[in-house]
Amino acid sequence: MITINHYLAVSATLLLIGTLGVLTRRNIVVILMSIELILNAVNVNLIAFSKYHNQVTGQVFAIFVIAVAVAEAAVGLGVLIALFRNKGSVQADEVDLLKW
Amino acid sequence: MGDSVFFYAFAALAILGALGTVLFRSAVHCSLALMTSLLGVAGLYLMQGAEFLFAVQIVLYIGGIMVLFLFVIMLVNLDQAAKLKQFNGQTPLAVLAILGTGAAFYAFLAKGVATLPAPASATVMTGGNTENVADLLFTSYLLPFEVASVLLLVAVVGSVLMAGKGGTR
Repeated sequence: MITINHYLAVSATLLLIGTLGVLTRRNIVVILMSIELILNAVNVNLIAFSKYHNQVTGQVFAIFVIAVAVAEAAVGLGVLIALFRNKGSVQADEVDLLKW
Repeated sequence: MGDSVFFYAFAALAILGALGTVLFRSAVHCSLALMTSLLGVAGLYLMQGAEFLFAVQIVLYIGGIMVLFLFVIMLVNLDQAAKLKQFNGQTPLAVLAILGTGAAFYAFLAKGVATLPAPASATVMTGGNTENVADLLFTSYLLPFEVASVLLLVAVVGSVLMAGKGGTR
C-alpha cells in the first residue's frame, strides 16, 4: 500500500540530491539543473498533499512553481551566456570578483 | 499491487536520474539524466491523479526547458569544462550537511505523518482533472495567474537582454 509517506520520502530525497548538486558542483549549467531538481521535489510534495486532501489547490500551486522554474531557467541561462562571453568559463568558483 | 510496482519504478527512475544529474561529469550526460528524473516525476504525478500536470511536465519541462539547456550547452561548448575538476572544495562539508538534513527529514517523516489532520471527507469532484484545475485557476487564483504572466514577460525581456549584445559590457 502506497501512502503519502512514500511520496514525501521521494520528495525529500530529490530535494537533498538537488541541494547536494547546488552546493558541490562547479559547472554552472549543472547547478541550474540541480535547482530544477529542487523545484520538482517541491512539486511532488504539493501533488501528494493535493491528493491527500482531495483538492486541486496543490496542483494549481504546482503550475505556479513550474512557471517560476521556467522564468528562472530562462534568465539563468541568459546570464550564463553573458558570463561565458565575458569570462570564457562556466565554473562557479572562478567568478569571484565580489569575493574579498 | 500494481500500484506499488509502478510507484517504485517511477520513484527509482526519479531518484537515479537525480543522482546521475549531480554525479555525471559531462553536462550533456547530466541533462539526459535530468530528463530521466523528470520522466519519473511525471509518472508520480500521473499516479496521484494529476493528469494535467503530467502533460505539462512532459511538454514543458522535457520538451521545453531541457531543449533550452541542451541548446546552451551547445553554445558554451563544455568539452574542455568536462576535463576540469567537477566538485568544489566544500564538498565534504556539503555532504555532511546533506546527511544531517536528511536525517532530520526522515525522522520527521517517520514521526510526523501520523499527526497529520485526517483528510477532508471525500468532496466528490465532478469533471476531469484539467477542468477542475482550470476552474480553480481562473476563479480563486486569477490574480496570481496574471502576476505569473507578468513574471514570464519580465523573464523573456531579461533573458533577451542578458543573452543579446547588451550582455557584452
